[in-house]
Amino acid sequence: MSVPQQTLESLIEEPSLFKQLGLRDWLWAAVVLAATAFLFAQYGNGMDGYEIGILAMSAPSLIGLGWYWKAFQPYALAVAAFSLLGIWLYDGSYANAEVVFGLKFLVSSQSAVMWMSALFVMATVTYLGGLVANNEFTLKTGSALTWAALIMGMTGLMVRWYETYLVDPEFGHIPVSNLYEVFILFSLITGLLYLFYEGRYKNRSLGGFVLLVISAAVGFLLWYSVSRDADKILPLVPALKSYWMKIHVPANFVGYGSFALAAMVSVAYLLKERGQRVNPNGMMATRLPSLDMLDDVTYKAIALGFAFFTVATILGAMWAAEAWGGYWSWDPKETWALIVWLNYAAWLHLRFSKGWRGTPMAWWAIVGLFVTLFAFLGVNMFLSGLHSYGEL
Amino acid sequence: MRNSPTSSTRLINFLGSMNLAISLLVVVAIASVIGTILRQNQPYTDYQIKFGSFWFDLFKALDLYDVYSAVWFLSILAFLVISIATCVGRNTPGILRELRHYRENVQEKSLRAMKHQTVIPTAQNAAQAQALAIRILHNQGFKTRQKASDDHAVVAGMKGRANHWGYWLTHVGMIVIFIGGLLDSRLPLMVAEWQGTLKPETRNIPAGEVPAISQLSTSNFSYRGSVDIPEGSRANILFQPMREGYFVQHLPFEVEVKEFRVEHYSTGMPKSFESDLVIHDKDLAKPLETTISVNHPLFYKGVAIYQANFGDGGSEVKLRLHPFSSRYAAQDLDGKIFGDYNLTSSDQQYKLELKDFRLFNINDMEDETGKVKKKNIGPSITFKLRDATGQAMEYQNYMNPVSIKGQIYYLSGVRASPAEPFRYLHIPVDPKGGMERFMRFLSNMQNTELVKKSAIETTRSSMQQTNVQNTEVENQVIESMVRLTEQFASKGSEGIMQEIAGRFPEDKRASASEAFMKVLNASLRSVYAETLKQEGISGELKEADWLFFDDSILAIDKIAAYGSPWFVQLSTFKQIEASGLQITRSPGKDVVYFGSAMLVIGVFLLFYVAHRRIWVWIKPLGENQSEIVVAGSSNRNQPEFERYFNRLQGIFQQAMAYEVKDVSSTTNP
Ligand code: HEM
Repeated sequence: MSVPQQTLESLIEEPSLFKQLGLRDWLWAAVVLAATAFLFAQYGNGMDGYEIGILAMSAPSLIGLGWYWKAFQPYALAVAAFSLLGIWLYDGSYANAEVVFGLKFLVSSQSAVMWMSALFVMATVTYLGGLVANNEFTLKTGSALTWAALIMGMTGLMVRWYETYLVDPEFGHIPVSNLYEVFILFSLITGLLYLFYEGRYKNRSLGGFVLLVISAAVGFLLWYSVSRDADKILPLVPALKSYWMKIHVPANFVGYGSFALAAMVSVAYLLKERGQRVNPNGMMATRLPSLDMLDDVTYKAIALGFAFFTVATILGAMWAAEAWGGYWSWDPKETWALIVWLNYAAWLHLRFSKGWRGTPMAWWAIVGLFVTLFAFLGVNMFLSGLHSYGEL
Repeated sequence: MRNSPTSSTRLINFLGSMNLAISLLVVVAIASVIGTILRQNQPYTDYQIKFGSFWFDLFKALDLYDVYSAVWFLSILAFLVISIATCVGRNTPGILRELRHYRENVQEKSLRAMKHQTVIPTAQNAAQAQALAIRILHNQGFKTRQKASDDHAVVAGMKGRANHWGYWLTHVGMIVIFIGGLLDSRLPLMVAEWQGTLKPETRNIPAGEVPAISQLSTSNFSYRGSVDIPEGSRANILFQPMREGYFVQHLPFEVEVKEFRVEHYSTGMPKSFESDLVIHDKDLAKPLETTISVNHPLFYKGVAIYQANFGDGGSEVKLRLHPFSSRYAAQDLDGKIFGDYNLTSSDQQYKLELKDFRLFNINDMEDETGKVKKKNIGPSITFKLRDATGQAMEYQNYMNPVSIKGQIYYLSGVRASPAEPFRYLHIPVDPKGGMERFMRFLSNMQNTELVKKSAIETTRSSMQQTNVQNTEVENQVIESMVRLTEQFASKGSEGIMQEIAGRFPEDKRASASEAFMKVLNASLRSVYAETLKQEGISGELKEADWLFFDDSILAIDKIAAYGSPWFVQLSTFKQIEASGLQITRSPGKDVVYFGSAMLVIGVFLLFYVAHRRIWVWIKPLGENQSEIVVAGSSNRNQPEFERYFNRLQGIFQQAMAYEVKDVSSTTNP
């Protein structure tokens, strides 16, 4: 029997990254590059060297992300479309937020965030319902609702970015500057991370767990905006007027989001583990993914979170060096970032080197979320320090 | 014979142990919490008040007011670093071996015993199978070594060696960061202090008077402190805080602040803090002029100068003292913030200590509708008034009248200690925009003649209305009016209460006080009417006038507790600001950044590169027959590796099933 060389080649040769890319991927890259070029042409005059650097870096990051995670492409395009719609409807006047129908009910930042909130809560209920009813279609609806929430939320942030300039060109800033804005960011990043793993593992049964924490964040967000007028657009205090904010805060929230995801997957782990012991034919034991997979996702999320949190903390130190005159001042926020970091470093060591797995690590990941939560929220609420801009 | 471990290897084993590492990570985390719960580096008196002397002493002994410089905390950190260093030192030879060796000398037995292994029979001869195996592994990104012997051949592949570099970079990065931090730390100061060659200054005295033992020379390696420089002045020192005191650090140049500015947004919130600096240095041909602002420091000669905050730099103010007693005259005073002034115009000696001037005060204010909004209520001065016994009250007076719920007042806050909130005196503003009417009303109340005259008028007119003629009652009422008004004007309602308590038994007091209030009210109203008459206003009084009356009475009631014989009014000012600069020299910064870069690269390599080994054992089984054993291992992330190995196994199986005609055409490294 003789087989053509070609076939063997195609069998054993790992296609290179570029060969795996289809026309769609190249189109994606072209769109991102075109958008970047457009932004640069439009706003380049107002940017300093660092901001141009950040813009230049975001293009390849976005392209890479879209290539690595295909679902990100339509998502980003939908966000872009909605955001452009918002900007177009504003037509240069902030007053239109209350007048133009499309803004008032859809894409002004406040409405978009309301949509996001409602959709997240609906998605949570749907995912949980799907899990209980063991119904794939319901679970799929949960995913769709989550995607919709993420589109609206990101649109809200994008439009808000534009709005800050509309209110007063001097106010303009990236909307990651106060608790209201970062809670939106947190919900979005956690949701995106979840959907990424959902796609990777082709399993939707964890949605209800992860979205619970997002719904809690949304609840806080709504309370906070109603009781404190937190959604009002205010100018930045001088200490926050820095390009560092653009990279430090998002990097931090990839960390927070991953840790939250890890904790919620750990909750599922514990339920599954208990289910297998107590009621092997019950819902938890039969419908949740395997313990190995849950463990694996927890690890991946913590590793990702840890890596980004490391970067974010270092970026924070560099910013502090520039704004306060010292890269490390043992300010409560910094110190709590270190505590979070040390906590997960200990977690990773136990897993790497001692091979700990399973229940204790799941509990630790859940405790880790509370430590993280304190660093993220508790410090602003209870401790005073240089980071006091986000006070409740 | 096995040697029992010596004590030094035991120590190394202990220091480099994972258990110790994990415990230390957790201990450092917990220890760090303490310093965030207990506010660090506050004045010791604050702690004393807060905790009482027992806990204060205990916490002090434990260094809890400056945890992060405490010997015990630094020791734990040092321990952590020693542990990391030991671990790296111990693992490095192993890592190098691991990176260099492909382990082509494995035994077939051990491959077959591996968790990930598969046996594939193939119709290819050994040479073909070996070439194919190499091709597959190369395509998968492996580097390979081979070894052939009589009865078998081994292809050993390895990839992802960077993972081990990741381990190395992460841990060494942390050591480097720690060393950088040490370079910038206050450790040398602490050692010098311990040796007795340095001692922090705790008194609040001018820098020029600080003794040499609290001064640090320009050659000091690293420092971080702050200095407030008034506009138009210069400084060549900074203050480096040290527990409850400070050191004076000398700078290798002089910093002059030409001007300090606050730029504002349209909302009145500050947008930017900026200082125009001039650096005077003999090494410079001409002074260096530059502007710094928050987030935009100046770096000069390895020293960084940051805009940290701002304050008053000795503003010039003109004050007018309105006495609350008609016996004193009003007084004008020209002062400077941070100056002390002796006041002589009252019976007692007072010292006026000017503390602060603020151009803007953004406060929460209630408007007519009761909604609270942030509003700029204009300039204020803060001062203390110290009496002859040394007791002082602190005041904050606003220059401009402030509108509260639609009424306009001069505001003055008073408190006995900084721990208390301010209590406010609201002096109503008269229609002419000043406080003349209020002061005249007050002074009229203290004028016995006038009070008596108006008391008589009021009493007569009301008696005429009721047609009662009784001189005795009339005189009694008049006398009460005068007395009560006098009491009220000097001691407020407290005075009336005393009067009642002195004259009536317990059970009569309630009814007496009601009667007294009526009488007092009638008297005050008539004095008020008289006051307005002096202004030229007569006839029926308007509602606004009565509102003013009510507010005045409320204010006068509080004067007794106000503690100052004057209302100090700010009439004009010339603001002189001081720029608060943070000045640091931190040569360790770049070391820290370098370590951070190592750490970040290391972490990503650790997580996202897996070190994998694959062995292919090829055993010829006759002419066109062989059997291969494919086995693999990875140092971490087993689930991932399992998926990978299964895929690879599939590739091997299919490839080996093919009959290959021409293997020579394939590359063979
Ligand atoms: C960025 C955080 C850290 C990461 C990602 C990390 C990673 C690792 C890894 C992967 C190992 C195991 C090496 C192997 O099994 O091949 C290890 C071992 C170790 N790490 Fe870390 N480490 C970190 C921080 C620390 C810290 C802060 C300490 C300080 C105590 C530390 C001390 C140790 C020690 C003592 C070992 C044991 C070495 C041995 O097995 O002999 N690590 N670390």
